[in-house]
Amino acid sequence: MCLAIPGKIIEVASGDRSTALVDVVGVRRRVDLGLLQEDSPVPGDWVLIHVGFAMSKISEAEALDQMHTLSLLGETEAVLEEVTGYSVDDASEERKPGAESRVAGA
Amino acid sequence: MKFVDEFREPHLITTAAEAIRRLADPKHHYRIMEVCGGHTHAIYRFGLKDILPENIELIHGPGCPVCVLPMGRIDDGLAIADDPNIIFAAFGDMMRVPGTHGSPLQHKARGKDVRIVYSPTDAIRLATCNPEKQVVFFAIGFETTAPSTALTLIRARSLGLKNFSVFCNHVTIIPAIRAILDSPDMRLDGFIGPGHCSTVIGCRPYEWIAQDEHKPIVVCGFEPLDLLQSIVMLLRQLRDGQAKVENQYKRVVPWEGNRAALKAMAQVFKLRPYFEWRGLGFISQSALQIREEYAQWDSEQRFTVPGVRVTDPKAAQCGEVLKGVLKPAQCKLFGNECTPEHPVGALMVSSEGSCAAYYNYQHRKALVPLTMSMSA
Repeated sequence: MCLAIPGKIIEVASGDRSTALVDVVGVRRRVDLGLLQEDSPVPGDWVLIHVGFAMSKISEAEALDQMHTLSLLGETEAVLEEVTGYSVDDASEERKPGAESRVAGA
Repeated sequence: MKFVDEFREPHLITTAAEAIRRLADPKHHYRIMEVCGGHTHAIYRFGLKDILPENIELIHGPGCPVCVLPMGRIDDGLAIADDPNIIFAAFGDMMRVPGTHGSPLQHKARGKDVRIVYSPTDAIRLATCNPEKQVVFFAIGFETTAPSTALTLIRARSLGLKNFSVFCNHVTIIPAIRAILDSPDMRLDGFIGPGHCSTVIGCRPYEWIAQDEHKPIVVCGFEPLDLLQSIVMLLRQLRDGQAKVENQYKRVVPWEGNRAALKAMAQVFKLRPYFEWRGLGFISQSALQIREEYAQWDSEQRFTVPGVRVTDPKAAQCGEVLKGVLKPAQCKLFGNECTPEHPVGALMVSSEGSCAAYYNYQHRKALVPLTMSMSA
């Protein structure tokens, strides 16, 4: 639970800019930006994500290092499971069929 | 040192390992506590014990949120989940943690509506999608996770959600460190400070450890090199008779922490007068409680919570392992009655639990010395 997942901001929600679409090793999910209000990220920025919230902005090099660390730790699968498990917007087409059942399932 | 090749910049690993050997006084037995469960996992996974000299002992700290939650709180949560009108949402880490009458997963198998969520905001989504049900989110974690729960509660309030509440089990790291330093049977030379927890609280809250307790603490990242560099920094301080807070993980951890996160926590939570920790007992002002303004979204205010205190299974020695008094393999149940497949205690469930980490990377390696490799 203490390990954070690096992701790249693809698009910040228009309006209140409280969420962003983020790419984590090819999986796109919506994450909450509420904890970065004082230093809002823009598309192209990298962030560390924990339980669906962006916690801090990091450099691209640090993001790659973090992903490498997670893979060394044998956590790549867990990262993908967690990220795939995050909800995306209901109207979005990006929800993969497996994701909902995983949230609702075991 | 055979795993070093897989790490980034292996020459730096070798340099750091040499610096550690040079700095460590052979006449002294060093006891360094890594507070965070993520570090415990990394230390075993990377086989750092094989790199360190024998007189540097790493003691595993209490920073695994799943591990420190006493069984009574799991029972309390599952008592709430007994109501057929309730959807009980928890992180995957919690699902296999045993309560007196089984884990949340076993509860689900008995027909209770228990669901895994990966984010507290997904629990809000469950509530909006199931207006006829009450959704209870089982919140656990240190300051790493508590701000996310705080923002979720702020959002639930602004949405006026009537069918969502949080069973709050958030704990704070500083009082746990204090409890460990206060325990008479614990001698420590210094601390490897938590990484991601510190992105929220910053480094300042650790200053008393240096100033009042005269112990060095180095906030540390999760790569092998981060851990070795932090040990170098600790050994340098010890050699020079210093006790300072240092930040090895500057690239992620700001000294002042995350102000937006701290503000959200202060808005939603207050300190409980006391809270029970597995192994450490009751610690005053060590956990977070939902403020009155958010009482409507506090499961403990809305539902009947038995609040029964339950002791761990007698033979299990989770408490001693959590305090760092026993090593995982010294517990009588380790590896026979208690395994990751059939955990008796919480420390065998979470990947950050020291028993699971020890079992997966040391115990299995010892059993199958030739086939075990560090690569994923």
